[in-house]
Amino acid sequence: MVPGFAATATTGAAASALEAARLALLRDLRLAFRKRGQLVQPLAFFVLVTMLFPLAVSPELSRLRELAPGVLWVAALLASQLALEFLFRDDAYDGTLEQYALSGQPLTGLMFAKTTAHWLLTGLPLALVAPLAGLSLGVPAAAIPGIIISVAVGSVALSLIGSIGAALTLGMKRSGALLALLTLPLSLPVLIFGARATQLAINGASLLAPLELLGALAVLGVTLAPLAAAAAVRISLE
Amino acid sequence: MLDQTLEVENLHLWRGERHVLRGVRFTLQGGDCLEVTGANGSGKTSLLRTLCGLIYPEEGRVVWNGENVRRDLPAFHAALAYLGHEPPLKSDLSARENLRYWIGVRRRISAAELDAALLRVGAGSWCDRLVRTLSAGQRRRVALAGLALLIVPLWLLDEPSTNLDSEGQELVGTLLAEQLARGGMVIAAVHQGLPAAVRAARRLELAA
Amino acid sequence: MTWTWFHRLGSPPYVYALAARLTPWFAWPAAVLILAGLWGGLMLAPPDYQQGEGFRIIYVHAPSAWMSLMVYTTMAVAAAVGLIWRIKVAHAVAASCAPIGASFTFAALVTGALWGEPMWGTYWEWDPRLTSELILLFLYLGYMGLRAGIEDPQRADRAGAVLAIVGVVNVPIIHYSVTWWNSLHQAPSVMSLAKPKMPLSMLTPLLLMLLGFTLFFVAVLLVRLRGEVLSRERTASWMREAVAR
Repeated sequence: MVPGFAATATTGAAASALEAARLALLRDLRLAFRKRGQLVQPLAFFVLVTMLFPLAVSPELSRLRELAPGVLWVAALLASQLALEFLFRDDAYDGTLEQYALSGQPLTGLMFAKTTAHWLLTGLPLALVAPLAGLSLGVPAAAIPGIIISVAVGSVALSLIGSIGAALTLGMKRSGALLALLTLPLSLPVLIFGARATQLAINGASLLAPLELLGALAVLGVTLAPLAAAAAVRISLE
Repeated sequence: MLDQTLEVENLHLWRGERHVLRGVRFTLQGGDCLEVTGANGSGKTSLLRTLCGLIYPEEGRVVWNGENVRRDLPAFHAALAYLGHEPPLKSDLSARENLRYWIGVRRRISAAELDAALLRVGAGSWCDRLVRTLSAGQRRRVALAGLALLIVPLWLLDEPSTNLDSEGQELVGTLLAEQLARGGMVIAAVHQGLPAAVRAARRLELAA
Repeated sequence: MTWTWFHRLGSPPYVYALAARLTPWFAWPAAVLILAGLWGGLMLAPPDYQQGEGFRIIYVHAPSAWMSLMVYTTMAVAAAVGLIWRIKVAHAVAASCAPIGASFTFAALVTGALWGEPMWGTYWEWDPRLTSELILLFLYLGYMGLRAGIEDPQRADRAGAVLAIVGVVNVPIIHYSVTWWNSLHQAPSVMSLAKPKMPLSMLTPLLLMLLGFTLFFVAVLLVRLRGEVLSRERTASWMREAVAR
């Protein structure tokens, strides 16, 4: 600390980057639980979208089972999109994002913490709800663990990629369509590997290959996305 | 006395086509207070944010203790506290929780310190209510509590007395005086002048 | 010593004048090469034994596809330079590249569809190359949309730069995943003319077209760049003098 200031009783040691990130994560989780209603919305949207297909295509389970991987993943992608807007918008609006940028802590770590919170609140619940939607589409019960794992890992990458788009479109009014235009092309690899993994799970085969690719995307995302998001946030504060 | 120095050299800033800051320069030592005045739109907020390092000036530099702040921006940020127009509070958290997260991200803080700061700004009775239920003046007081907890050498304040009653304004004065007394610096953008307790301030007038 | 020309490249007035001087040096050779390539490809080269005359569209399709990727990379590099070293001209270059690249991408898609129709009977096939081109088009549209949506021009430049860099990192990943996806479903790809098997009479016009397209791109870029610099610096005194002359 600065000499002359350390003497005062009210100064404590500086927080480490890890403690700061932990606090940022806890804060976002606590905030989300204060508005529990909002948490359910992406999940409800997901279920609703999957419901559209039996109604629009055919109630025959054999046909639905063929479509199931695609339907589940497209719905998961769109639902994840919906929740992205809330990632940074409130913080940018009330000045707390600015305080993060001025905290002296690495902004990348704080962005990672926020994205982790987003995944815990959206991706993980999606992974747990997806099997239910799958069952309604004629997916065999044996495929459930595979579905949960593939959606859980895939949604990590989706949250990370989405955080970049969310940070870039900060401060833009009605940015929903643009956010989707930015995020969806970048998310296509996740869609491809994830749908394949789910298909293999339904067939009863090993989904290790696409799962590893999903994992690789998640790891790549973890290393690069918070950096890009932090850069985008700083640009929005200029 | 502290030998902290802030040197601002020839800052030029354009926002779009407007030449907002035209060669701003000054030097501050520990214990100095700078009052930034000017009409609406004259660049007071832009100046503060450029000093923070949030905005990159087209020309000029900010030097903290002999070093260009761009060299180690996080270290500079750790030495400053910035309070913008609006108090940086989440409306779905209580005042106490807000402070815990806002200050906690920067330094370890104990429950006792939080209590003391909240009492000081008169928040004892309402510090556990959600911020969305508080008035603008109460929110400003919470922001001041945060400021009181951030014992750092440089304070950058944008209209610190907004929405405060006379008692609140006195509080601002006391806090600023304490900061200056322990050798810190204050740069405050104000509309109507600083509180009486901070008499010996230098002035910087920005033309629109 | 070498840094002087680099610094001068960062100066808008210098670039404005330089672009005007250089444009003809790229435009005329481009026209010559493209005409030569078209003549060689449409007239001289023998018809493909499998596809007959229809394959000739490759002389426009392949260079367009190649350019669409090259322009994106150029755009991303220019944007990165502008972001890291805060050089306004670099951002102007990136902004100028985007519509050109999007046009190349669109041309590649249209010529791809026109090529496909006689071959497959449909105007569209989910061939990995075409699918990647389509995704690339969306990357361009996203970039242009982001820039258009941000009001502050400096912020638009910098946010666009982050997006372009993220995009360029993603392009190989997207291409890999689309190829992987396609291989699972074993759709035949009529578009891959194996390069070693191509006789010189077929290859030469292709290379001429490619080179011609590249020069064409630079020429159009220089023209657009002048326009960008003009609009960005319209209030600067040097610009008013230059326009008055």
